[in-house]
Amino acid sequence: MINSGEILSTIDMISQQHLDVRTITMGISLRDCAHPDAARCCDRIYDKITRYAADLVKTGEAIESEFGIPIVNKRISVTPIALVAESSETEDYAPFAAALDRAAHETGVNFIGGYSALVQKGMTVGDEKLLRSIPQALAETELVCSSVNVASTKAGINMDAVALMGRIIRQAAERTADNGGMACAKLVVFANAVEDNPFMAGAFHGPGEAECVINVGVSGPGVVHHALQSCKGESFDVVAETIKKTAFRITRVGQLVAQEAARRLNVPFGIVDLSLAPTPAIGDSVADILEEIGLSTVGSHGTTAALAMLNDAVKKGGVMASSHVGGLSGAFIPVSEDAGMIAAVKKGALTIEKLEAMTCVCSVGLDMIAVPGDTPAETLSAIIADEAAIGMINNKTTAVRIIPAPGKTVGDTVDFGGLLGMAPVMPVNGGDASLFIARGGRIPAPIHSLRN
Amino acid sequence: MRAIVTVIGSDKVGIIASICSLLSKYNVNILDISQTLLQECFTMVMLVDCSACTISFADLALALKAQGEEMVLSVRIQREEIFDAMHRI
Repeated sequence: MINSGEILSTIDMISQQHLDVRTITMGISLRDCAHPDAARCCDRIYDKITRYAADLVKTGEAIESEFGIPIVNKRISVTPIALVAESSETEDYAPFAAALDRAAHETGVNFIGGYSALVQKGMTVGDEKLLRSIPQALAETELVCSSVNVASTKAGINMDAVALMGRIIRQAAERTADNGGMACAKLVVFANAVEDNPFMAGAFHGPGEAECVINVGVSGPGVVHHALQSCKGESFDVVAETIKKTAFRITRVGQLVAQEAARRLNVPFGIVDLSLAPTPAIGDSVADILEEIGLSTVGSHGTTAALAMLNDAVKKGGVMASSHVGGLSGAFIPVSEDAGMIAAVKKGALTIEKLEAMTCVCSVGLDMIAVPGDTPAETLSAIIADEAAIGMINNKTTAVRIIPAPGKTVGDTVDFGGLLGMAPVMPVNGGDASLFIARGGRIPAPIHSLRN
Repeated sequence: MRAIVTVIGSDKVGIIASICSLLSKYNVNILDISQTLLQECFTMVMLVDCSACTISFADLALALKAQGEEMVLSVRIQREEIFDAMHRI
């Protein structure tokens, strides 16, 4: 029998340190739902999702109850809708988002991701229709999340798409002005997007994926923070080892839940995503971990090094604990979803420039950042271009989920509620990037993309 | 199916009796018990076999939780595998 000390430490992690499985995400291919008639295509999408995911929430809740581990979200990711919808003879893609939303409500999931397009090298007619429909689609639905991949290490950066996304983000914010620009919290712009990401808002079921899979995202910043409290004054060697051991334990739980969910739903197990995902709850913060490592506040000099070490140690510990690791797999640094990050921004210790540096060494990018509502679309595009460049050159995923909060300015806050949290509006650099963005075209792929 | 029952709270008369009689009522077999008292905090860990349990696992968990609340104790039941996964390679 496992000894009592080990049992009680697990219970303490769950009850006191916010250990949970952040999400069970069912990836569903919708490629066979394409149809020339848009209404028929929407019906097929709805029918397939509700058929495959009928027992997803029920199964998640059963596992939660039997193993005594909270499974915070049950979600669905689908084939990028641009790939499915472009066979339909229609100019209006909003009904596809509505079909996804209805299916999500029917199955009882928290979010559905995949109102997406992959345009890193160029846009098809269908891709462009989807992109232009994003503001309306997100404003008129509740549970649909959207993502657009605008760059990759292999293809370079599609600057036409980058320019368009700046305008789309502005429009999405304006359409949901009553709600703090909520639509932008459900929209991610990626470089090197991954096909098996279980986390929202960037989840989609990539074209290289199987018919249906179960992916699981673990969490546990509170557990890592607690473990480090016993390492005060110790060297980085000890800190890294402690993080690795903790990550191993957290990931083993994720692996157990993933395999159990896959078996019960009779769907193949895909991957476990080793991400430290914070929530706005006190004690569930990545910023707290960085401060425990020895920084007076996150954002001070030393933050990037501490984050790099944390991110690497989490992967090293986690990779041994799971048979298949994938998704984003890295610490998340969403500002609005992390109480420590919010506090640092309010103190003026954490800026967009420092967050950009931090994205060079962790997953994923400038995440859940509110900026003044009058930030020009070109500036938003330029922020996206900077992040995409970091992703492209460093062969990693980067993303931008930014909210130009309508009517708000620096010093104000936007409250999205729930897991999305509360974002203090951060200042952006006032320089003008409009000529830079107006050039269009593609930034060529870097030399190290030529690996063959 | 084997599971771990944990009981945590302040010590008082009849904790073991009440939890054991509830488990017996639903035909859950107790395989092992360990119990400690640290200052006033009572901690009991039981390994049980639920394979012949007469109610569903979820209902058993609710019954234990309710019984615990009556005595101002935190009582949980979790499948053994989660502890194995976390602490054994």
